[in-house]
Amino acid sequence: MEHELFSRGPSPAVRLTFFILLSLLLLVSDVHYSYLKTLRAGIATAIYPLQRIAMMPVELLGAIGDYTQAQSSLIKENAILQKQNLEDREALLRYRALQQENDHLRQLFGAKARVDAPSVMAEILYDERDPFSRKVIVDKGLQAHVIAGSAVIDNAGVIGQVLQVYPFSSEISLITDKDHPTPVQVLRNGLRAIVFGFGSSNLLDLKYMSLNTDIRPGDLLVTSGLDGTFPAGLPVATVLTVDKNPVYAFSRITCKPAAGVNRYRQVLILAPGSPPPPIPAAKPEPSPVRGKK
Amino acid sequence: MEIAPKEEILLPVKPGFIALSLFSAFLLDLLPLGSFIEWIRPDFVAMLLLYWCIHQPLRVGIGTSWVFGILVDVADGTLFGEHALAYSLMAFIALVLRRRVSMLSLDHQFTHVTLILLIMQAVVVLTGFVAKDIFVGWAYFLGSLTAGLLWPGLTYLLKLPQRPKPDPDRI
Repeated sequence: MEHELFSRGPSPAVRLTFFILLSLLLLVSDVHYSYLKTLRAGIATAIYPLQRIAMMPVELLGAIGDYTQAQSSLIKENAILQKQNLEDREALLRYRALQQENDHLRQLFGAKARVDAPSVMAEILYDERDPFSRKVIVDKGLQAHVIAGSAVIDNAGVIGQVLQVYPFSSEISLITDKDHPTPVQVLRNGLRAIVFGFGSSNLLDLKYMSLNTDIRPGDLLVTSGLDGTFPAGLPVATVLTVDKNPVYAFSRITCKPAAGVNRYRQVLILAPGSPPPPIPAAKPEPSPVRGKK
Repeated sequence: MEIAPKEEILLPVKPGFIALSLFSAFLLDLLPLGSFIEWIRPDFVAMLLLYWCIHQPLRVGIGTSWVFGILVDVADGTLFGEHALAYSLMAFIALVLRRRVSMLSLDHQFTHVTLILLIMQAVVVLTGFVAKDIFVGWAYFLGSLTAGLLWPGLTYLLKLPQRPKPDPDRI
Protein backbone atom coordinates (compact mmCIF):
# COMPACT_ATOMS: atom_id res chain seq x y z
CA MET A 1 0.00 0.00 0.00
CA GLU A 2 1.51 3.29 -0.95
CA HIS A 3 -0.64 5.42 1.35
CA GLU A 4 0.18 3.30 4.40
CA LEU A 5 1.62 6.36 6.16
CA PHE A 6 -1.64 8.30 5.92
CA SER A 7 -3.98 5.36 6.43
CA ARG A 8 -7.28 6.45 7.99
CA GLY A 9 -9.10 3.17 7.93
CA PRO A 10 -11.91 2.42 5.51
CA SER A 11 -13.08 5.12 3.10
CA PRO A 12 -16.13 7.24 3.98
CA ALA A 13 -18.28 5.42 1.42
CA VAL A 14 -17.48 2.06 3.01
CA ARG A 15 -18.19 3.44 6.47
CA LEU A 16 -21.44 4.99 5.28
CA THR A 17 -22.58 1.69 3.78
CA PHE A 18 -21.74 -0.13 7.00
CA PHE A 19 -23.62 2.31 9.22
CA ILE A 20 -26.62 2.54 6.86
CA LEU A 21 -26.91 -1.26 6.88
CA LEU A 22 -26.61 -1.26 10.69
CA SER A 23 -29.35 1.41 10.97
CA LEU A 24 -31.65 -0.48 8.61
CA LEU A 25 -31.09 -3.65 10.62
CA LEU A 26 -32.04 -1.81 13.81
CA LEU A 27 -35.06 -0.20 12.13
CA VAL A 28 -36.42 -3.46 10.82
CA SER A 29 -35.90 -5.26 14.11
CA ASP A 30 -37.56 -2.35 15.97
CA VAL A 31 -40.60 -2.36 13.71
CA HIS A 32 -41.13 -6.10 13.48
CA TYR A 33 -39.50 -7.73 16.50
CA SER A 34 -38.78 -6.75 20.07
CA TYR A 35 -35.23 -8.01 20.53
CA LEU A 36 -33.90 -4.55 21.27
CA LYS A 37 -36.17 -3.63 24.19
CA THR A 38 -33.44 -4.29 26.77
CA LEU A 39 -30.76 -2.44 24.82
CA ARG A 40 -33.10 0.53 24.49
CA ALA A 41 -33.96 0.42 28.18
CA GLY A 42 -30.23 0.34 28.98
CA ILE A 43 -29.49 3.43 26.91
CA ALA A 44 -32.55 5.16 28.33
CA THR A 45 -31.26 4.54 31.86
CA ALA A 46 -27.85 5.88 30.90
CA ILE A 47 -29.26 9.15 29.55
CA TYR A 48 -31.78 9.57 32.38
CA PRO A 49 -29.41 11.79 34.44
CA LEU A 50 -28.97 14.03 31.38
CA GLN A 51 -32.73 14.33 31.05
CA ARG A 52 -33.00 15.34 34.69
CA ILE A 53 -30.28 17.95 34.15
CA ALA A 54 -32.14 19.31 31.13
CA MET A 55 -35.28 19.54 33.26
CA MET A 56 -33.53 21.63 35.92
CA PRO A 57 -33.85 25.11 34.34
CA VAL A 58 -37.55 24.53 33.81
CA GLU A 59 -38.05 23.31 37.36
CA LEU A 60 -36.04 26.26 38.67
CA LEU A 61 -38.16 28.73 36.68
CA GLY A 62 -41.27 27.02 37.99
CA ALA A 63 -39.98 27.25 41.57
CA ILE A 64 -39.19 30.96 41.16
CA GLY A 65 -42.61 31.52 39.62
CA ASP A 66 -44.28 29.74 42.53
CA TYR A 67 -42.29 31.75 45.02
CA THR A 68 -43.09 35.13 43.54
CA GLN A 69 -46.73 34.34 42.96
CA ALA A 70 -48.85 36.89 44.74
CA GLN A 71 -50.46 35.74 47.94
CA SER A 72 -53.84 37.01 46.85
CA SER A 73 -53.96 34.56 43.98
CA LEU A 74 -53.04 31.77 46.38
CA ILE A 75 -55.85 32.77 48.74
CA LYS A 76 -58.28 32.86 45.83
CA GLU A 77 -57.11 29.48 44.62
CA ASN A 78 -57.38 28.09 48.12
CA ALA A 79 -60.99 29.25 48.40
CA ILE A 80 -61.85 27.67 45.06
CA LEU A 81 -60.14 24.43 46.05
CA GLN A 82 -61.97 24.32 49.38
CA LYS A 83 -65.28 24.78 47.65
CA GLN A 84 -64.32 22.07 45.16
CA ASN A 85 -63.24 19.84 48.02
CA LEU A 86 -66.62 20.21 49.73
CA GLU A 87 -68.46 19.41 46.55
CA ASP A 88 -66.22 16.44 45.84
CA ARG A 89 -66.63 15.18 49.35
CA GLU A 90 -70.36 15.22 49.02
CA ALA A 91 -70.11 13.43 45.68
CA LEU A 92 -67.70 10.93 47.19
CA LEU A 93 -70.11 10.11 50.00
CA ARG A 94 -72.83 9.43 47.50
CA TYR A 95 -70.39 7.41 45.42
CA ARG A 96 -69.42 5.29 48.40
CA ALA A 97 -73.01 4.58 49.20
CA LEU A 98 -73.63 3.66 45.58
CA GLN A 99 -70.55 1.47 45.50
CA GLN A 100 -71.69 -0.40 48.57
CA GLU A 101 -75.07 -0.86 47.06
CA ASN A 102 -73.44 -1.95 43.82
CA ASP A 103 -71.20 -4.46 45.61
CA HIS A 104 -74.20 -5.82 47.41
CA LEU A 105 -76.19 -6.18 44.21
CA ARG A 106 -73.22 -7.80 42.48
CA GLN A 107 -72.93 -10.26 45.34
CA LEU A 108 -76.58 -11.04 44.92
CA PHE A 109 -75.97 -11.73 41.25
CA GLY A 110 -72.84 -13.70 42.05
CA ALA A 111 -70.76 -11.44 39.84
CA LYS A 112 -67.18 -10.53 40.53
CA ALA A 113 -66.78 -7.18 42.26
CA ARG A 114 -64.84 -4.47 40.49
CA VAL A 115 -61.55 -4.02 42.24
CA ASP A 116 -60.16 -0.57 42.83
CA ALA A 117 -56.79 -0.72 41.14
CA PRO A 118 -53.74 0.46 43.11
CA SER A 119 -52.31 3.58 41.53
CA VAL A 120 -49.03 5.42 41.25
CA MET A 121 -48.79 9.19 41.02
CA ALA A 122 -46.31 10.30 38.36
CA GLU A 123 -45.09 13.54 36.89
CA ILE A 124 -44.64 14.19 33.18
CA LEU A 125 -40.96 14.87 32.51
CA TYR A 126 -41.23 15.94 28.90
CA ASP A 127 -43.02 15.46 25.62
CA GLU A 128 -41.15 13.35 23.17
CA ARG A 129 -39.89 15.32 20.23
CA ASP A 130 -40.90 12.67 17.75
CA PRO A 131 -43.36 14.49 15.49
CA PHE A 132 -44.72 11.15 14.32
CA SER A 133 -46.31 10.20 17.59
CA ARG A 134 -47.84 11.61 20.73
CA LYS A 135 -46.03 10.24 23.68
CA VAL A 136 -44.81 11.60 26.99
CA ILE A 137 -42.19 10.43 29.47
CA VAL A 138 -43.08 10.26 33.16
CA ASP A 139 -40.77 9.98 36.14
CA LYS A 140 -41.97 6.62 37.49
CA GLY A 141 -40.75 3.34 36.15
CA LEU A 142 -39.79 -0.14 37.31
CA GLN A 143 -38.70 1.22 40.69
CA ALA A 144 -42.32 2.27 41.33
CA HIS A 145 -43.66 -1.05 40.00
CA VAL A 146 -45.23 0.45 36.90
CA ILE A 147 -46.39 -2.24 34.50
CA ALA A 148 -46.54 -1.83 30.73
CA GLY A 149 -50.12 -1.58 29.57
CA SER A 150 -51.40 0.27 32.65
CA ALA A 151 -53.97 2.99 32.11
CA VAL A 152 -52.93 6.59 32.78
CA ILE A 153 -55.50 9.17 33.91
CA ASP A 154 -55.66 12.70 35.24
CA ASN A 155 -58.39 14.31 37.28
CA ALA A 156 -60.73 14.63 34.30
CA GLY A 157 -60.32 11.37 32.47
CA VAL A 158 -58.13 8.99 30.51
CA ILE A 159 -54.82 10.28 29.10
CA GLY A 160 -53.28 7.16 27.64
CA GLN A 161 -51.50 3.98 28.57
CA VAL A 162 -47.99 2.92 29.53
CA LEU A 163 -46.12 1.74 26.47
CA GLN A 164 -42.63 0.96 27.75
CA VAL A 165 -41.22 0.82 31.24
CA TYR A 166 -37.65 1.84 31.95
CA PRO A 167 -35.95 1.57 35.35
CA PHE A 168 -36.61 5.18 36.36
CA SER A 169 -39.10 6.40 33.81
CA SER A 170 -41.76 5.14 31.48
CA GLU A 171 -43.11 6.06 28.10
CA ILE A 172 -46.81 6.81 27.80
CA SER A 173 -48.72 6.64 24.57
CA LEU A 174 -51.48 9.28 24.61
CA ILE A 175 -54.99 8.49 23.42
CA THR A 176 -54.47 11.17 20.75
CA ASP A 177 -51.56 9.17 19.31
CA LYS A 178 -52.29 8.07 15.76
CA ASP A 179 -54.32 4.87 15.69
CA HIS A 180 -54.26 4.43 19.44
CA PRO A 181 -57.55 2.59 20.02
CA THR A 182 -59.59 3.12 23.18
CA PRO A 183 -62.73 1.03 23.66
CA VAL A 184 -65.53 3.32 24.84
CA GLN A 185 -69.22 3.39 25.57
CA VAL A 186 -71.63 6.26 25.02
CA LEU A 187 -72.77 7.20 28.51
CA ARG A 188 -76.26 8.22 27.37
CA ASN A 189 -77.31 4.97 25.71
CA GLY A 190 -74.56 2.44 26.45
CA LEU A 191 -73.54 2.11 22.81
CA ARG A 192 -70.08 0.52 22.46
CA ALA A 193 -67.49 1.92 20.08
CA ILE A 194 -63.77 2.48 19.64
CA VAL A 195 -62.11 5.89 19.44
CA PHE A 196 -58.81 6.42 17.65
CA GLY A 197 -56.34 9.26 17.89
CA PHE A 198 -55.77 11.47 14.88
CA GLY A 199 -52.09 11.89 15.65
CA SER A 200 -51.78 15.37 14.26
CA SER A 201 -54.37 17.24 16.31
CA ASN A 202 -55.59 16.92 19.87
CA LEU A 203 -58.83 15.33 18.72
CA LEU A 204 -60.17 11.82 18.57
CA ASP A 205 -61.93 9.97 15.81
CA LEU A 206 -64.91 7.69 16.53
CA LYS A 207 -64.65 5.17 13.74
CA TYR A 208 -66.92 2.52 12.29
CA MET A 209 -70.27 3.97 13.40
CA SER A 210 -72.99 3.48 10.81
CA LEU A 211 -74.98 6.47 9.59
CA ASN A 212 -78.10 5.67 11.61
CA THR A 213 -76.28 5.35 14.92
CA ASP A 214 -77.85 7.33 17.75
CA ILE A 215 -75.03 9.68 18.62
CA ARG A 216 -75.15 13.45 19.05
CA PRO A 217 -72.71 16.27 19.71
CA GLY A 218 -72.19 16.61 23.44
CA ASP A 219 -72.45 12.89 24.22
CA LEU A 220 -69.94 11.76 26.83
CA LEU A 221 -67.83 8.70 26.00
CA VAL A 222 -66.52 6.61 28.89
CA THR A 223 -64.23 3.59 28.87
CA SER A 224 -66.12 0.36 28.44
CA GLY A 225 -63.49 -1.74 30.21
CA LEU A 226 -63.78 -4.45 27.58
CA ASP A 227 -60.09 -4.40 26.73
CA GLY A 228 -58.92 -5.24 30.22
CA THR A 229 -56.56 -2.24 30.16
CA PHE A 230 -58.74 0.68 31.10
CA PRO A 231 -61.08 0.27 34.05
CA ALA A 232 -64.69 0.82 33.01
CA GLY A 233 -66.44 4.15 33.48
CA LEU A 234 -63.58 6.63 33.11
CA PRO A 235 -64.45 9.67 30.97
CA VAL A 236 -62.59 9.64 27.65
CA ALA A 237 -64.07 12.31 25.40
CA THR A 238 -67.11 14.32 24.43
CA VAL A 239 -68.50 14.25 20.91
CA LEU A 240 -67.80 17.50 19.05
CA THR A 241 -69.24 17.06 15.58
CA VAL A 242 -71.20 14.34 13.85
CA ASP A 243 -71.04 14.37 10.07
CA LYS A 244 -73.57 11.98 8.55
CA ASN A 245 -72.68 12.20 4.91
CA PRO A 246 -74.37 9.38 2.96
CA VAL A 247 -71.41 9.34 0.58
CA TYR A 248 -69.37 7.51 3.19
CA ALA A 249 -70.21 4.16 4.71
CA PHE A 250 -69.73 5.44 8.25
CA SER A 251 -70.43 8.72 10.00
CA ARG A 252 -67.45 10.94 10.62
CA ILE A 253 -67.47 11.71 14.31
CA THR A 254 -64.91 13.96 15.96
CA CYS A 255 -64.46 13.98 19.72
CA LYS A 256 -62.58 16.15 22.18
CA PRO A 257 -60.64 14.38 24.96
CA ALA A 258 -62.09 14.88 28.42
CA ALA A 259 -58.71 14.82 30.14
CA GLY A 260 -56.18 17.57 29.72
CA VAL A 261 -54.14 15.34 27.44
CA ASN A 262 -51.47 17.97 26.99
CA ARG A 263 -52.15 20.28 29.89
CA TYR A 264 -51.25 18.83 33.24
CA ARG A 265 -47.96 17.69 34.71
CA GLN A 266 -49.30 15.21 37.27
CA VAL A 267 -50.91 11.97 36.19
CA LEU A 268 -52.08 8.78 37.87
CA ILE A 269 -50.97 5.36 36.62
CA LEU A 270 -53.51 2.64 37.42
CA ALA A 271 -52.24 -0.89 37.76
CA PRO A 272 -53.99 -3.12 35.26
CA GLY A 273 -56.79 -5.25 36.63
CA SER A 274 -57.14 -8.94 35.92
CA PRO A 275 -56.94 -9.66 32.20
CA PRO A 276 -60.17 -10.53 30.46
CA PRO A 277 -60.85 -14.22 29.81
CA PRO A 278 -59.31 -15.43 26.56
CA ILE A 279 -61.41 -15.25 23.45
CA PRO A 280 -62.86 -18.72 22.82
CA ALA A 281 -61.21 -20.39 19.88
CA ALA A 282 -63.21 -20.21 16.68
CA LYS A 283 -64.96 -23.40 15.75
CA PRO A 284 -63.39 -25.07 12.74
CA GLU A 285 -66.63 -25.07 10.76
CA PRO A 286 -69.22 -22.44 11.59
CA SER A 287 -72.54 -24.21 11.60
CA PRO A 288 -75.36 -22.34 9.87
CA VAL A 289 -77.08 -20.09 12.38
CA ARG A 290 -80.67 -20.91 13.08
CA GLY A 291 -83.22 -19.13 15.17
CA LYS A 292 -82.09 -19.40 18.76
CA LYS A 293 -85.45 -19.48 20.38
CA MET B 1 -19.03 32.70 -5.41
CA GLU B 2 -17.24 34.70 -2.85
CA ILE B 3 -14.71 32.96 -0.73
CA ALA B 4 -13.86 33.73 2.87
CA PRO B 5 -11.93 37.01 2.98
CA LYS B 6 -9.04 35.72 4.99
CA GLU B 7 -8.10 32.40 6.43
CA GLU B 8 -7.46 32.69 10.13
CA ILE B 9 -4.72 30.74 11.80
CA LEU B 10 -6.31 28.87 14.65
CA LEU B 11 -5.04 26.78 17.52
CA PRO B 12 -5.76 23.05 17.40
CA VAL B 13 -9.07 21.94 18.91
CA LYS B 14 -9.03 20.03 22.17
CA PRO B 15 -10.90 16.71 21.88
CA GLY B 16 -12.50 17.47 25.25
CA PHE B 17 -14.04 20.59 23.79
CA ILE B 18 -15.61 18.63 20.94
CA ALA B 19 -17.11 16.12 23.36
CA LEU B 20 -18.35 18.89 25.65
CA SER B 21 -20.00 20.77 22.78
CA LEU B 22 -21.73 17.63 21.52
CA PHE B 23 -23.06 16.78 24.96
CA SER B 24 -24.29 20.34 25.52
CA ALA B 25 -26.13 20.11 22.20
CA PHE B 26 -27.71 16.86 23.36
CA LEU B 27 -28.79 18.57 26.60
CA LEU B 28 -30.27 21.46 24.59
CA ASP B 29 -32.26 18.96 22.56
CA LEU B 30 -33.63 17.39 25.73
CA LEU B 31 -34.70 20.76 27.13
CA PRO B 32 -38.50 20.79 27.27
CA LEU B 33 -39.89 23.81 25.43
CA GLY B 34 -43.31 25.09 24.54
CA SER B 35 -45.10 23.68 21.53
CA PHE B 36 -44.53 26.78 19.40
CA ILE B 37 -40.76 26.86 19.91
CA GLU B 38 -40.76 23.12 19.38
CA TRP B 39 -41.52 23.64 15.70
CA ILE B 40 -38.73 26.09 14.99
CA ARG B 41 -36.17 24.52 17.32
CA PRO B 42 -33.12 23.48 15.33
CA ASP B 43 -31.69 20.02 15.82
CA PHE B 44 -28.67 21.09 17.86
CA VAL B 45 -27.02 17.67 17.84
CA ALA B 46 -27.20 17.57 14.04
CA MET B 47 -25.79 21.11 13.80
CA LEU B 48 -22.86 20.31 16.04
CA LEU B 49 -22.13 17.03 14.25
CA LEU B 50 -22.22 18.87 10.94
CA TYR B 51 -19.89 21.56 12.24
CA TRP B 52 -17.32 19.08 13.52
CA CYS B 53 -17.57 16.89 10.41
CA ILE B 54 -16.71 19.94 8.33
CA HIS B 55 -13.96 21.30 10.56
CA GLN B 56 -12.54 18.20 12.27
CA PRO B 57 -13.25 15.28 9.94
CA LEU B 58 -10.59 13.12 11.56
CA ARG B 59 -12.13 13.44 15.01
CA VAL B 60 -15.86 13.42 14.22
CA GLY B 61 -17.21 11.39 11.34
CA ILE B 62 -19.85 8.92 10.35
CA GLY B 63 -19.36 6.66 13.38
CA THR B 64 -19.74 9.43 15.96
CA SER B 65 -22.81 10.73 14.13
CA TRP B 66 -24.33 7.27 14.16
CA VAL B 67 -23.80 6.88 17.91
CA PHE B 68 -25.41 10.25 18.62
CA GLY B 69 -28.26 9.30 16.30
CA ILE B 70 -28.92 6.25 18.47
CA LEU B 71 -28.90 8.42 21.62
CA VAL B 72 -31.38 10.84 20.02
CA ASP B 73 -33.57 7.92 18.95
CA VAL B 74 -33.83 6.67 22.51
CA ALA B 75 -34.35 10.14 24.02
CA ASP B 76 -37.00 11.12 21.48
CA GLY B 77 -38.69 7.75 21.38
CA THR B 78 -38.34 7.47 17.62
CA LEU B 79 -37.68 4.17 15.89
CA PHE B 80 -34.33 2.64 16.77
CA GLY B 81 -31.95 3.67 14.00
CA GLU B 82 -34.10 6.39 12.44
CA HIS B 83 -31.91 9.34 13.42
CA ALA B 84 -28.79 7.16 13.29
CA LEU B 85 -29.45 6.54 9.59
CA ALA B 86 -30.14 10.22 8.88
CA TYR B 87 -27.13 11.47 10.86
CA SER B 88 -24.67 9.06 9.25
CA LEU B 89 -25.88 10.10 5.80
CA MET B 90 -25.56 13.75 6.84
CA ALA B 91 -22.01 13.14 8.07
CA PHE B 92 -21.13 11.53 4.76
CA ILE B 93 -22.42 14.50 2.76
CA ALA B 94 -20.55 16.83 5.09
CA LEU B 95 -17.31 14.88 4.61
CA VAL B 96 -17.70 15.02 0.83
CA LEU B 97 -18.55 18.73 0.73
CA ARG B 98 -16.40 19.89 3.61
CA ARG B 99 -13.59 21.56 1.64
CA ARG B 100 -16.11 23.46 -0.43
CA VAL B 101 -18.16 24.58 2.59
CA SER B 102 -15.23 25.64 4.71
CA MET B 103 -13.95 27.83 1.89
CA LEU B 104 -17.22 29.70 1.58
CA SER B 105 -18.08 32.87 3.46
CA LEU B 106 -20.59 32.48 6.27
CA ASP B 107 -23.62 33.74 4.32
CA HIS B 108 -22.94 31.22 1.57
CA GLN B 109 -22.49 28.51 4.13
CA PHE B 110 -26.11 29.21 5.14
CA THR B 111 -27.51 27.63 1.96
CA HIS B 112 -25.24 24.60 2.15
CA VAL B 113 -25.90 23.95 5.83
CA THR B 114 -29.65 24.40 5.46
CA LEU B 115 -29.74 22.07 2.48
CA ILE B 116 -27.69 19.38 4.20
CA LEU B 117 -29.93 19.57 7.29
CA LEU B 118 -33.04 19.47 5.10
CA ILE B 119 -31.76 16.30 3.43
CA MET B 120 -31.14 14.85 6.90
CA GLN B 121 -34.71 15.71 8.00
CA ALA B 122 -36.10 14.33 4.74
CA VAL B 123 -34.45 11.00 5.56
CA VAL B 124 -36.09 11.03 9.02
CA VAL B 125 -39.48 11.89 7.52
CA LEU B 126 -39.13 9.28 4.81
CA THR B 127 -38.17 6.58 7.32
CA GLY B 128 -41.18 7.51 9.45
CA PHE B 129 -43.41 7.47 6.39
CA VAL B 130 -42.23 4.05 5.23
CA ALA B 131 -42.22 2.44 8.68
CA LYS B 132 -45.31 4.03 10.25
CA ASP B 133 -47.20 5.56 7.33
CA ILE B 134 -47.37 9.03 8.87
CA PHE B 135 -46.48 12.32 7.26
CA VAL B 136 -45.75 15.07 9.78
CA GLY B 137 -46.41 18.17 7.72
CA TRP B 138 -44.10 20.73 6.23
CA ALA B 139 -43.68 22.78 9.40
CA TYR B 140 -41.29 20.10 10.65
CA PHE B 141 -38.67 21.38 8.21
CA LEU B 142 -38.65 24.87 9.77
CA GLY B 143 -36.03 23.64 12.23
CA SER B 144 -33.44 23.43 9.46
CA LEU B 145 -34.02 27.06 8.46
CA THR B 146 -33.50 28.17 12.06
CA ALA B 147 -30.39 26.05 12.18
CA GLY B 148 -29.08 27.76 9.04
CA LEU B 149 -29.75 31.17 10.55
CA LEU B 150 -27.98 30.21 13.77
CA TRP B 151 -24.99 28.78 11.89
CA PRO B 152 -22.81 31.93 11.80
CA GLY B 153 -23.31 32.46 15.54
CA LEU B 154 -22.47 28.84 16.22
CA THR B 155 -19.33 29.05 14.08
CA TYR B 156 -18.20 32.15 15.95
CA LEU B 157 -18.84 30.55 19.35
CA LEU B 158 -17.08 27.30 18.54
CA LYS B 159 -14.04 29.08 17.13
CA LEU B 160 -13.60 31.22 20.26
CA PRO B 161 -11.41 28.76 22.21
CA GLN B 162 -9.28 28.24 19.09
CA ARG B 163 -8.36 31.88 18.56
CA PRO B 164 -4.76 32.55 19.57
CA LYS B 165 -4.36 34.83 22.58
CA PRO B 166 -2.60 38.12 21.86
CA ASP B 167 1.09 37.66 22.47
CA PRO B 168 2.10 39.79 25.50
CA ASP B 169 5.72 40.05 24.29
CA ARG B 170 4.75 41.67 21.03
CA ILE B 171 5.45 45.34 20.78
